Amino acid sequence: MLKDLVTPENANVFVGKLGDILEKAIDKPLGYAINWGRIWSLWPVHIETACCSVEFGAASSPRYDVERFGIIEAFGSLRQCDLVVVQGTITRKMAPRLRLVYDQMPEPKYVIAMGACAITGGLYFDSYNVLPGIDGVIPVDVYVPGCPPRPETLIQGCILLQEKIKRMKARKFV
Amino acid sequence: MTDIMPPGLALKKVDERIMTLNVGPQHPGSGHMRIVVQIDGDYIVACDPDPGYVHRGEEKMAEYRNYITNVPHLERPVIHDSCNVLYPYVLGAEEILGIEVPERAKYVRVICSELNRCIYTMYWLAIYGIFLGHSTMFMWPAGDRELLIDLMEKVSGARVTHAHFIPGGVRNDLPANFEDVCLRQVNYFEKRIKEYAAVFYDNPILISRTRDTGVLTRENAIRYGTTGSVLRASGVDYDLRVKAPYDVYEELDVHTNVLKEGDSYARSKVPWLDMMESCNIIRQALQKMPKSGSVRTKLKPNPKTKGPATVYKRVESGRGSLGCYIVSDGKTEPYRVKMSVPSFRNLLAMPNLLIGEKLGNMPSVYWSLNYWPVEADR
Amino acid sequence: MSSDSENPATEAKPEEKPTPPKPAAKAEEKPEELPAFEKGISDKLVEKFGDKVQVDFVKEDRVGIKTSKENVHDVAQFIRDDLHYDHAESVTGVDFPADNEIEVVYHLGSYTESSLARQVLTLATRAPRESNPIPGQDSTKLPSLRDVFYSVEFGEREVFEMLGVYFDGHPDNRRLLLPEDWADLPPLRKDFAIKGR
Repeated sequence: MLKDLVTPENANVFVGKLGDILEKAIDKPLGYAINWGRIWSLWPVHIETACCSVEFGAASSPRYDVERFGIIEAFGSLRQCDLVVVQGTITRKMAPRLRLVYDQMPEPKYVIAMGACAITGGLYFDSYNVLPGIDGVIPVDVYVPGCPPRPETLIQGCILLQEKIKRMKARKFV
Repeated sequence: MTDIMPPGLALKKVDERIMTLNVGPQHPGSGHMRIVVQIDGDYIVACDPDPGYVHRGEEKMAEYRNYITNVPHLERPVIHDSCNVLYPYVLGAEEILGIEVPERAKYVRVICSELNRCIYTMYWLAIYGIFLGHSTMFMWPAGDRELLIDLMEKVSGARVTHAHFIPGGVRNDLPANFEDVCLRQVNYFEKRIKEYAAVFYDNPILISRTRDTGVLTRENAIRYGTTGSVLRASGVDYDLRVKAPYDVYEELDVHTNVLKEGDSYARSKVPWLDMMESCNIIRQALQKMPKSGSVRTKLKPNPKTKGPATVYKRVESGRGSLGCYIVSDGKTEPYRVKMSVPSFRNLLAMPNLLIGEKLGNMPSVYWSLNYWPVEADR
Repeated sequence: MSSDSENPATEAKPEEKPTPPKPAAKAEEKPEELPAFEKGISDKLVEKFGDKVQVDFVKEDRVGIKTSKENVHDVAQFIRDDLHYDHAESVTGVDFPADNEIEVVYHLGSYTESSLARQVLTLATRAPRESNPIPGQDSTKLPSLRDVFYSVEFGEREVFEMLGVYFDGHPDNRRLLLPEDWADLPPLRKDFAIKGR
């Protein structure tokens, strides 16, 4: 029966309709489950932008082990990732690339601005090649202050992000 | 102006067999930089490194700050080797300002500098491990370096950005009972890194992946002006701590590790051997250090210089010879600060080594050059 | 391996050559005596090139010489072939708007000659400076030393983008660190001011 309904011409329409139906169905009951799944498998993109990447590396070391909070080590493909941790200074050369990386990631996606440079430009407030914060490039969910932030601070930022995702509407991104 | 400066990377004409690949800046096998490689089948035929993604204009900023306030931002290029990256600037600033450094401060500097060399090398080793898909070699060094970070945290109060060296000495004296704790941790650390041989350096998979890849001959190592572990892995016996000792290195017995092969394996082994040498130096320095005394010559907040001068100072950092050229015109701010960084010098070897290699060997060759992109860009 | 095995090598060299210039150095230098070995290096250069090179300073382990842009290539060749310096550590550009000139400084070192291990030779030359620079097309040009010292390749590229000094004969004068769309003044010139400062 399904075979008769779906032809190559209307396959896309059919899938779209199915999506609409699903979207309504999972609004409330499944929203919680979907968010739960998102919280515990945050995949950061491997984009190192400056020196905070040292502390990001330390956060996945055995002592801090950010993986136990569901932040997986940053060695996945861009298409699987849903988290950008902007590790420090964004220069004028890097900014278009950061935007490109962000645009290529599938929804839903979250951004953590790590370090003073990513928030306001930090120490490099008067440099000719540094952006004063990344807000103008990509939207930020959580700011983690410090120069560089300690790994504990980064972990706290990740937990804050998880709290935020918990309160988001899952439907928005389906 | 724009039409004379070709935008970024205008590559030469390519024929159809050859494919151009952009490795980085978002790539698990690259740091904060882009390497444009052209491959014919599996072999790299052309390579064009494109640094500058972390170019923050430190040298321009240094012209707007005085000799003391330059300290925090000039250590940022290599925050996990922050003592060594500041060292030449501080030595240069002392000569320009005409300050003498107390004897104890020199020993404290040597200890901090060697601790930082180990911290840097362990992070480098961790990343080298994960680049080759060796997860244990990420976890072990990344965990063990925390021991030394704890020591540096006791000394300076910060995990990585110490800003501990200042013109005139070091910021604070060593905390009470530091000598015993340091000796204990360093001894344990040395025992620990010796175990890496069994899991990493004698590992047949590592050897087959890195032996005879990216061979840098002695002549080429000198010609490209490489430095540090890259140079010493190619059979050139050159270590500034021995050849041109600064501060109190003259009084310490430093052994230079030289390997002859010049391939990725040798380049990955020299920093590891250097770490054991650093442990020896720390033990010697702890023994010879004056037990008490001042560690800092007090300076005014905006110190006056002696007059126009140019200074070029070099130290041996975790990656190699690091120089700082300061031009002073007699004002309280430097006229020009130039950092001659080892990563930038070793970068020249990269395109020459990668040509003819398989693409799969790129990470092992690239990271064995002891390259830290943030430092190269400044 | 330790430092004391190295020092005699440094001291041994000056015995043979700079014996004639040593009394001369004493005679003209009233405040302090110039280090003999370094004085020997600068004397060899002066002997060869006469007044084409000016000795900027002779300090412990450091020799600074200045030369004009016409002679810098010959001087560099002499330094490589006869003085055995084999690599460049850095290439620095310094802007001097008061003199209307840009100075390019090469720091040269040697790995092969053990007596030169401590030494750094500073070779400085100057290019005319234009107030409205068009990098690559104005008179701010210098001969490239890349065929003498291969290791200056990236350093000269950096000086080109940071100060706008074009190096004639450099095979690859492209941008290195700055963004591709940089259309402002070269940033390390003194008239390029950071905003708000």
